[in-house]
Amino acid sequence: MLCAASMAGLSRHQAAAQESGRLLATEGVSEIDGASGGGLATWSLISGYETRDEIGGNLHGTYVAVNNFGLGSVGASAGFYDRLELSYAHLWFDTRSAGGRLGLGDGYHFDLDAVGAKLRLVGDAVYDQDSWLPELSVGTQFKAADSHAILKAIGAAGPDGVDFYFAATKLFLAESLLVSATVRATKANQFGILGFGGDHNRAYSAQFEGSAAYLLTRSLAVGAEVRTKPDNLGFAREGCAYDAFAAYFFSKHLSATLAFLALGPIARQGDQNGLYLSLQAGF
Amino acid sequence: MQRGFLLAAFLLIASCAGATATDPLFSQLGGESGIARIASNALDIYFSDPRVAQNFDNINRDFLQPRFTAYLCRVAGGPCIYKGHAMKRAHKGLAITEANFNVVVEDLETAMDRAGVPYHVQNRFLARLAPLERDIVTR
Repeated sequence: MLCAASMAGLSRHQAAAQESGRLLATEGVSEIDGASGGGLATWSLISGYETRDEIGGNLHGTYVAVNNFGLGSVGASAGFYDRLELSYAHLWFDTRSAGGRLGLGDGYHFDLDAVGAKLRLVGDAVYDQDSWLPELSVGTQFKAADSHAILKAIGAAGPDGVDFYFAATKLFLAESLLVSATVRATKANQFGILGFGGDHNRAYSAQFEGSAAYLLTRSLAVGAEVRTKPDNLGFAREGCAYDAFAAYFFSKHLSATLAFLALGPIARQGDQNGLYLSLQAGF
Repeated sequence: MQRGFLLAAFLLIASCAGATATDPLFSQLGGESGIARIASNALDIYFSDPRVAQNFDNINRDFLQPRFTAYLCRVAGGPCIYKGHAMKRAHKGLAITEANFNVVVEDLETAMDRAGVPYHVQNRFLARLAPLERDIVTR
């Protein structure tokens, strides 16, 4: 969910003798449900700065404040040999005063756990500058929401679900531009916070996530993202999410992403626009 | 139809003319003197960076420097003649890791910073060097 992306870390480390790892734009930041990507869109890149001989990882903390809601995410991811990524994120959705209007009580929280795995199939987004072939990955996420009775009451078909996605990410280094596109098969309502499937549509649908990021300097990337979402619930319309972000890489070990984002309408409370802030620490 | 043909003919002529002109990247990197400075800066760092210096232990810098300079010049599209081995052969059996390769790239970025090369020009140059990873990294 949420957005923001970034590119990776263009950071450099002269110092430390054993410092090595990957280069330039090579891991992105943490997408809100834990995978490496932009903030909203999932990328094909594998989390962490490890090379094919190493293991890397990240911790992230993200908070989104929009008109009527707050959304937080904390999580961890590990990248193995630049091939396999495993991730976990816990999300909480704070209904603030909207909770009262919806009959849940002010400040009612929905919670969601997301476990993911991503496998890089082919290509290297950074090195393959002489080819149009992007880095291609497939991934899956298992998500489980709590608040089962409420989810049932709003028409969700179930409290948990499995997403499958295919991601293609390419760094056009000569242009200092990263472009990424992902197709996701999902039943998730509002990223899964409002359950999976619904009275309007119970089936999987194909959704799109796209990012473009421009590297202004070695440590600062700016860009925009879009993520389409299913519209499964009869009680409230759901639309696309967008963001415009700036990501700053203090080093390979620390980055911060700030974004303006629009999540579309949520739970009949109108369009939800606001700010996204994410910190990521890793190796 | 005829218009399309004329356009195609024009583009063909334009692209042929472009091939004889100097590559803009070569001049953006400061020409021969700029590239010589980048190469010299980079070797200064490689021979002293503890992350990769051991890879240069048995290499004579006086031998390497003119060849490295000529190679970079040629990659930049400059009018230089590189007579050394292809990168694959030059690095054969050296068991260079991806991490080693990345350090060498980072050090080259520093070398370009010190030569005053703007970041986006650096990226255009690195884009031409990045595919060498397949030839150089053998472990």
